[in-house]
Amino acid sequence: MMARGFTPKVVTASDLFEGDVVYLARGGIWTRSLADAQLIESESAAREILSGAESVNGGLVGVYLADAEAGPDGRPRPVHYREAIRAKGPSNYCHGKQSGG
Amino acid sequence: MYRYNDFDRSYVRDRVEQFRKQVERRIDGTLSEEEFKPFRLMNGLYLQLHAYMLRVAIPYGTLDSRQMRQLAYIADRWDKGYGHFTTRQNIQFNWPKLRDVPDILEALADVEMHAIQTSGNCVRNVTSDHFAGASADEINDPRPVAELIRQWSTDHPEFAFLPRKFKIAVTGSPVDRAVTRAHDIGLRMVRDDDGNDGFEVIVGGGLGRTPVIGTVIRDFLPEADLLPYLEAILQVYNAIGRRDNKYKARIKITVRETGVEAFRTLVEDRFPVLRRVFEGGDRDFARQIRAAFAEPEYADAPTSPFDAAMDNDPAFRAFARTNLHPHKNPDYGIVTISLKAHGATPGDATSDQMRLIADLAEAFGHDEIRISHEQNIVLPHVHKKDIPAIRAALSEAGLGTANIGLASDIIACPGMDYCALATARSIPIAQQIANRLKDIEAEVGSLKIKISGCINACGHHHVGHIGILGLDRAGTENYQVTLGGDATESARLGDRAGPGFSADELIPAIERLARRYIEVREDEGESFIETYLRAGKEPFRTALYGEAPRPAAASRS
Repeated sequence: MMARGFTPKVVTASDLFEGDVVYLARGGIWTRSLADAQLIESESAAREILSGAESVNGGLVGVYLADAEAGPDGRPRPVHYREAIRAKGPSNYCHGKQSGG
Repeated sequence: MYRYNDFDRSYVRDRVEQFRKQVERRIDGTLSEEEFKPFRLMNGLYLQLHAYMLRVAIPYGTLDSRQMRQLAYIADRWDKGYGHFTTRQNIQFNWPKLRDVPDILEALADVEMHAIQTSGNCVRNVTSDHFAGASADEINDPRPVAELIRQWSTDHPEFAFLPRKFKIAVTGSPVDRAVTRAHDIGLRMVRDDDGNDGFEVIVGGGLGRTPVIGTVIRDFLPEADLLPYLEAILQVYNAIGRRDNKYKARIKITVRETGVEAFRTLVEDRFPVLRRVFEGGDRDFARQIRAAFAEPEYADAPTSPFDAAMDNDPAFRAFARTNLHPHKNPDYGIVTISLKAHGATPGDATSDQMRLIADLAEAFGHDEIRISHEQNIVLPHVHKKDIPAIRAALSEAGLGTANIGLASDIIACPGMDYCALATARSIPIAQQIANRLKDIEAEVGSLKIKISGCINACGHHHVGHIGILGLDRAGTENYQVTLGGDATESARLGDRAGPGFSADELIPAIERLARRYIEVREDEGESFIETYLRAGKEPFRTALYGEAPRPAAASRS
């Protein structure tokens, strides 16, 4: 079977204190917005950035790479519906990130 | 109801302080997440999709107005003003912050509640019939037995690390409202010819990825022998249950792989040994517990306001037909409050709604409230004269929906909107089905729709008349339908209908099922499940898929 090619990723995790979804932005800054995350375009960079994030994850839980793609504005957007729900909040209430709070 | 004694109080307080220190050590970095996770899970704290989730036990679904008000207070102070009642008679708070959780647990301890053993491989919250102690069809109140089991199983040192989680359900009625056949152990009260109460003991039921209807291993176990017999089952399971594979670790697999007869023999061999160890030492305690569940002092008053409403108010009659269940006292009724307003999230109650229910329970319901595994709230002891006033108050607060047992009274797990394990969303599906079937549900009558957002089956889809399982098919939500499941004493697993549906296709497909039932039933007295069992899958399969073998947008499975 042919190996699947690398697809762009973002590094994501949950915040230790609130459990809120966070993403790694350029410069090692963690952000609450997927649009502000660093879109990683190569497998080697993904490995390196994930490893770096895992080694300094004091305020984080469950760091992992999630599939993402560049939107029309070039900023990351989710590929899978699970990540879309994480990035926005639940469907039944305007809670979570979509509430702005 | 049972009240904590000094031991209970100090045990729960100690656990709160223990967890407070564990949280402090996690925050200051002394504990890693790997080290902390087992501690938080032992205290019911999960990390979900958007936030932490705290699962609070409501033992056998019983609480009073003070406890309900405290849940409302917690929802307002530390969450987003609501709580989610679950199929295990628990309440879940979806947005607590880690630093606040010890304070929440302390607030729970103030009203004799906790979150202990709502997670982990231990004996979980013991569940029971939500009409326990009130229903006209009951042999005896099963809650004293459930409380005895709760105390025996709480922090039981031998059973703190079982091969997998372990769920026990108890019912005191021949009408099974506690899904006893789909639990690790199900206990159904029976009375022998001499008038002695005992239990039919069912083992190895469960839903999840390998659904199994439990097997009776004892037709009649005297009530006095209950704890040594349960301990024998747990000891056998603990000794031979598999720990090499999480998916084969539940007792249903142990029973299947060992063989029912061999498993029964192991239990029956162990039982007399433990019976001697117990020496009936639990019986005095059991009697004290039963005394705490004395029946309320029923009011002796005319039921004329109820009779007048039944005669003159069609909306009240509709409410009584669905939301009122016969009480053992003919002047009383059991009122079920629907948490399934059309388009609402099944099982959710706002803090204002919780406070109203607490007020009504205190004013009209002998201060008793129950949570059902079907995610509704029950006032178990209401004099009929007060039911019109209760209904009016409920309607004003958006709690007056007359749909208990109908198509919109849907069980749905939180699904991917909240749950980290989910593979698809459940809540929007439940909301859309409820709205879609609103106009025909009275004509359809009794119909149990149950939705799970993953194979773990928290939404009991296997035992729904119509079961819906949400899966991830190549990055798209896809829903499998099962037909003919039954959660009652005639428990039955549903039959998979065929290929799955997209979310958009599913909603009209469910409506077609309901309409097909109306077409093929013999008469209005034949329910959906009866029609399915008589007519078989074919008329329903063609309602879903037409005459063609596969729908246009079928899944690839």
